[in-house]
Amino acid sequence: MLNTQDILETIKMIREENLDIRTVTMGISLFDCISDDPARLEAKIYDKITTSAKRLVEVAEDLERTYGIPIVNKRISVTPISYVGAGLSPDGFVRLAHMLERAATTLGVNFIGGYSAHVQKGAIKGAEALVESIPQALAETEHICSSVNVATTKAGINMDAVKRMGEIIKETAYLTRERDSIGCAKLVVFANIPEDNPFMAGAVHGIGEPDTVINVGVSGPGVVAAAIKEAGDCDFSALADTVKKIAFKITRVGQLIAAEAARRLGVPYGIVDLSLAPTPAAGDSVAEILENMGLERCGTHGTTAALALLNDAVKKGGVMASSHVGGLSGAFIPVSEDRGMIEAVERGVLSLEKLEAMTAVCSVGLDMIAIPGDTPASTISGIIADEISIGVVNTKTTAVRVIPVWGKDVGESAEFGGLLGYAPIMPLRQDSCERFISRGGRIPAPIHSLKN
Amino acid sequence: MKAVVTVTGKDKVGIISAASAECAKYGVNIIDISQSVLKEYFAMIMLVELDGLKVDFKSFAVGMEEMGKESGVDVRVMHEDIFNSMHRI
Repeated sequence: MLNTQDILETIKMIREENLDIRTVTMGISLFDCISDDPARLEAKIYDKITTSAKRLVEVAEDLERTYGIPIVNKRISVTPISYVGAGLSPDGFVRLAHMLERAATTLGVNFIGGYSAHVQKGAIKGAEALVESIPQALAETEHICSSVNVATTKAGINMDAVKRMGEIIKETAYLTRERDSIGCAKLVVFANIPEDNPFMAGAVHGIGEPDTVINVGVSGPGVVAAAIKEAGDCDFSALADTVKKIAFKITRVGQLIAAEAARRLGVPYGIVDLSLAPTPAAGDSVAEILENMGLERCGTHGTTAALALLNDAVKKGGVMASSHVGGLSGAFIPVSEDRGMIEAVERGVLSLEKLEAMTAVCSVGLDMIAIPGDTPASTISGIIADEISIGVVNTKTTAVRVIPVWGKDVGESAEFGGLLGYAPIMPLRQDSCERFISRGGRIPAPIHSLKN
Repeated sequence: MKAVVTVTGKDKVGIISAASAECAKYGVNIIDISQSVLKEYFAMIMLVELDGLKVDFKSFAVGMEEMGKESGVDVRVMHEDIFNSMHRI
């Protein structure tokens, strides 16, 4: 029989330390929906999604019950819509967004990701039109997530796209100004976007993926924080081992759910994403993990080193627990979604510059950060350019999801609700980067991209 | 299919009897059982065989949880594979 202590440990992780499966995400290819008739394209997309994912929520809920572990989100990622609707006008893309919204409502899923474009070297017509449609599409829908990949290590950085995305973020903030500019929480700008990421807002179903696939994202910051607390004042080798062991256990649950969900739905299993994803709930914080390692508060000196150790140990522990690892795979540091991060910002310990440094050693980037509503578009583009450079030069994924909260300034906070949490508005540098951003063109790929 | 039933809470007379009676009601066979009492805290773990289950898994799990609420203890029914996955390589 199973060991009593092991059973009680699992129960404690779920009941007291918020262990959950953060998301079961079904990737669905929409390439077979392409049509030159917009109405037919919309109808085919609706049918493909609602048919492929018909049982997704039901199966996920059955798995929750059978294995006794919460599955927080049931989501869908689709082929980047800019490819599928390459001939559409911006208005046509907005109509398509409404059709995706109807599919999400019909299925009862939490989000559909893939209202996306890849423009790292330049934009096809469909990508240009989709980017133009983003503010309206996000303002008029609830469940649609958008992402734009503006750079890769191979292609360099498309600075025209970086400039445009600063403006698009501002427009999105304005159109959703009644709700603290929440539209920007559903929009993320990437470098080196992964094609199998199950997490929002950046989930897309890449063009090299199978027709349908199941990807699973695990969670468990509370479990890691508790294990570190229990380990006490051990040295760094023992600390890393503690994280590895607990990450192995967390990931094994993700692997079990991924394999079983794929089997029951009759679709291939794709990957498990080894990410520590926090929530605003007490005891579900990545900042708390770092503080349990010995930092008085997240953001102080030593934070980047602590995060680097955590991120590496999570991967080392997780990779043996899963047959296929992918997605973003790293600790997330979304400010508004992590109670410890929020407190650290409120106390002035955690700054934007520190967060930027932290993203060099973990996934994913400057995430869920509220900034003043009157921030110039060029400054937002500057923030994007800095963060994207870290990804391009270090051959990793980085991303920016900032919210210029319309009508609000430093000292106030934005309330997004639910898992998106709330965020104190962070101060930015006042000096302009407009001349730099306005140059246009591309920043060339770094020398180490030439590996062949 | 096998499941693990855990019963935790404050120790009181008749918990094992109530849990095993509920299992019998659903046609569930108890394969193994262990219990420990630490101070007043009670933890019982039963490994059960569900091949003879008269209802679906959800109804059995909900029934057991309801029984737990009536007895003032926390009852969980979970497929054994979650424990095997986490604790065995």
